[in-house]
Amino acid sequence: MLTAILAITLLALILGLVLGFAAIRFKVEGDPIADQIDKILPQTQCGQCSFAGCRPYAEAIAAGEVDINRCPPGGEATIHALADLLEVEFKPLDEECGVEKPKMLAVIDEDRCIGCTLCIQACPVDAILGAAKHMHTVIASECTGCELCLPPCPVDCIDMVETKPKPNTWRWPDPAHIDLKLGDQP
Amino acid sequence: MTQKLGSFPGGLKLNGQKKRSTQVAIRKMPLSKKLILPLQQHIGEASIPIVSVGDKVLKGQKIAKAEGHVSVALHAPSSGTIIAIDEQPIPHPSGLSALCISIETDGEDQWIKRQPIKDFTEHTEHEIRQLIRDAGIVGLGGAGFPSFIKLNPGVHHHVETLIINGVECEPYITCDDMIMRERAEGILDGIEIMCYALHVKNCVIAIEDNKPEAISALELALGARPHLKETNVVVIPTRYPTGSEKQLIQVVTGKQVPTGGLPIDIGIVSHNVGTTYAIARSIKHGEPLISRIVTVTGREVEHAGNFETLFGTPMHELLEFCGTKRQPEEPFILGGPMMGYNLSGDHLPVTKTANCIIVGVDDGAKASTPLPCIRCGECATACPVSLLPQQLYWHSRAKDLDKAKEYNLFDCIECGCCSYVCPSEIPLVHYFRFAKTEIMNQQQEHAKADIARIRHENRLARLELEQQEKELRQQQRKAALAATQAAKVKQAAELPTEPQTTDSQETQ
Amino acid sequence: MTDYALILISTILVNNIVLVKFLGLCPFMGVSRKLETAIGMGLATTFVLTLSSISSYLINEYLLAPLGIEFLRTISFIFVIAVVVQFTELVVHKTSPILYQVLGIFLPLITTNCAVLGVALLNVQQGHGFLESALYGFGAAIGFSMVLIIFAAMRERIAVADVPVAFQGAAIGLITAGLMSMAFMGFAGLVHV
Repeated sequence: MLTAILAITLLALILGLVLGFAAIRFKVEGDPIADQIDKILPQTQCGQCSFAGCRPYAEAIAAGEVDINRCPPGGEATIHALADLLEVEFKPLDEECGVEKPKMLAVIDEDRCIGCTLCIQACPVDAILGAAKHMHTVIASECTGCELCLPPCPVDCIDMVETKPKPNTWRWPDPAHIDLKLGDQP
Repeated sequence: MTQKLGSFPGGLKLNGQKKRSTQVAIRKMPLSKKLILPLQQHIGEASIPIVSVGDKVLKGQKIAKAEGHVSVALHAPSSGTIIAIDEQPIPHPSGLSALCISIETDGEDQWIKRQPIKDFTEHTEHEIRQLIRDAGIVGLGGAGFPSFIKLNPGVHHHVETLIINGVECEPYITCDDMIMRERAEGILDGIEIMCYALHVKNCVIAIEDNKPEAISALELALGARPHLKETNVVVIPTRYPTGSEKQLIQVVTGKQVPTGGLPIDIGIVSHNVGTTYAIARSIKHGEPLISRIVTVTGREVEHAGNFETLFGTPMHELLEFCGTKRQPEEPFILGGPMMGYNLSGDHLPVTKTANCIIVGVDDGAKASTPLPCIRCGECATACPVSLLPQQLYWHSRAKDLDKAKEYNLFDCIECGCCSYVCPSEIPLVHYFRFAKTEIMNQQQEHAKADIARIRHENRLARLELEQQEKELRQQQRKAALAATQAAKVKQAAELPTEPQTTDSQETQ
Repeated sequence: MTDYALILISTILVNNIVLVKFLGLCPFMGVSRKLETAIGMGLATTFVLTLSSISSYLINEYLLAPLGIEFLRTISFIFVIAVVVQFTELVVHKTSPILYQVLGIFLPLITTNCAVLGVALLNVQQGHGFLESALYGFGAAIGFSMVLIIFAAMRERIAVADVPVAFQGAAIGLITAGLMSMAFMGFAGLVHV
């Protein structure tokens, strides 16, 4: 009986030492998964996911605290990409956070703008140019369409317009709609 | 002629349907009242207008300049007045509009002063390329890639063979056939210029064996030019898609262009016969590219044939001129039946890449509902690039784009062989085009997201810095205030004994 | 020499741990949705199985048997396996964080993978020597990885195919596994000893 206890204790001791050594040797620094998740997110920094930007949301996903379906600007494509990366089931977009909209662009009605600089402070990607008491304008190529500049504007001079496809950015339509749906075979 | 020919896998034997449009010689399309010229008729950056509304222009006058490297100039096809520079519908599968210059012609068709070059060897290769660029010449086979780039081998490459592509493998199209029959001399002039620009002697004119008239015309013309002794007409078997650049190179030389590579990487440059002719016109006659031969054919066309058409001519005028039973706004095919696309809309202009208009395909595939894939593998047998269309189809359909890319989706030349042979009539090429544009769109969005991330991070860093500076200033002010107050108190207390000596810096 | 070759053939093909002995079915169904993951799981399991069959042989031979405490065999084997799995987990987390995330619960679950304990106990039962034990564990792991990878490749294709609604998901997966199993039963006549 005593030998058995001793043997098991000895075994436990040796194996414990091995594990302890391994834990120090293979210590993981940083959070590489959050980086990869952050790469997939659309970087609008819109906060519709209830986090203060894309990076905090990515970190929360990596920690397993939130679902992957809280990003309306990324839409289904982003959820699919996340589901693929993390090998979890696809989930439809959480309607609490918003709905998927076509890509938008903020446009300032320059006649109505009073130059209050509030939208400049709100813009997460510094895509609005202007100075106090002077007209502001949006740098169209940098705007992510996050709509964060809308609420602060005191004169409602910012409109969201849908970005129209140009011949060189146009995409062929999905032919699947004329295709047989799964399980439709006679 | 005795050269051993190579081959490529797959491919199809198609019914040519070319007789209908080769009965009559090339005719000139009458001048249209209004010409609409899209600023982007080529691959690359759109040209920049250098005229404004109301300007009078002469035939051949430059109206838009090249922007960036991959771009060419645009010229007025006839004399007249610029009436608009605005968005107009363009011949594109999307049916979208793009910036166009509209000219109201005055009917006089008056040329600007042309500067023909008698002896091009007096100019350097670089000058020749610039002349070709300024003449607005792009590949007239259908892709519209600026030709001057393909005449510049660069310092790292040596060109062994120039291939002149007179294959025209797609059914119905005959514009290259007719230009070879009627303008063989001009083509040979163009070959001389190209050989000079590329420093190459060996030139192959590849023609499919279903064009005996073109073959004899070119051989006859070649016989009269003994100095072109290393230029040969090579007759190749008729098979679709031999006319595709990479497949043609495989047939003529037996060499394969590597994935993602260019023909120049294996020492080959190829140009279309129409392009070759246009280069000859631009150098020898000083005429920029302002017109092209367009084949108008199909079951519904009464006077099918080839028409020398000024760019910007509305397609419906061309169709009316040929007499079609087509109703207004009825769709027609631009390009061949295999690789072309349906267009509708009457005011679409003829552009540099518009090689053929078909109204009514004879044995046209009826738009039927595709049946499920039966995994017969016919598509893989037919594929000239040895891809697996079936696997690409599954992945494209499931929007599993990474997998589709792994199966070399971007090597697909969209020739349409797989869709043609599919017994279930699945529009395979449509799926591949869809997947390709989706992937490109995703890449653009990723690039944009990366920029947004960097801008956001920079902003956060800046805000933090500002915050720190603000706090620092506040602390300084507080410290200064506290110091002066302390000094005052001290002063008040010690007034009779000593004057104060407080250092405000110390309290920081 | 032939004996060792036979052990390998027998464990990989004839007595495949998954398809013939039906051990370790949980990760076989659970981690076969993507090929890359299946390869990662295969590698991890190969590592664990080989190492645990070696160390369980050593413990059995040099600790339990001399002291006459074979009755502690099962518990000490589970002990060893748990440690090896933990060790693997640490290594995987360091070398491939995404694989770590993707394998998720299945990585610690290798501990309770009956294939691992099964192989260790079979080793003792069949009285294998040191090299035989190692080969037996390694062969079983290769067999496991092989069918896992084949199955994952098939599932990837099935995922994008037109499967009738009633069979979609796990149903078609199980049918496929059944067909694979029948195919592997065919290896039964491969070796006549």
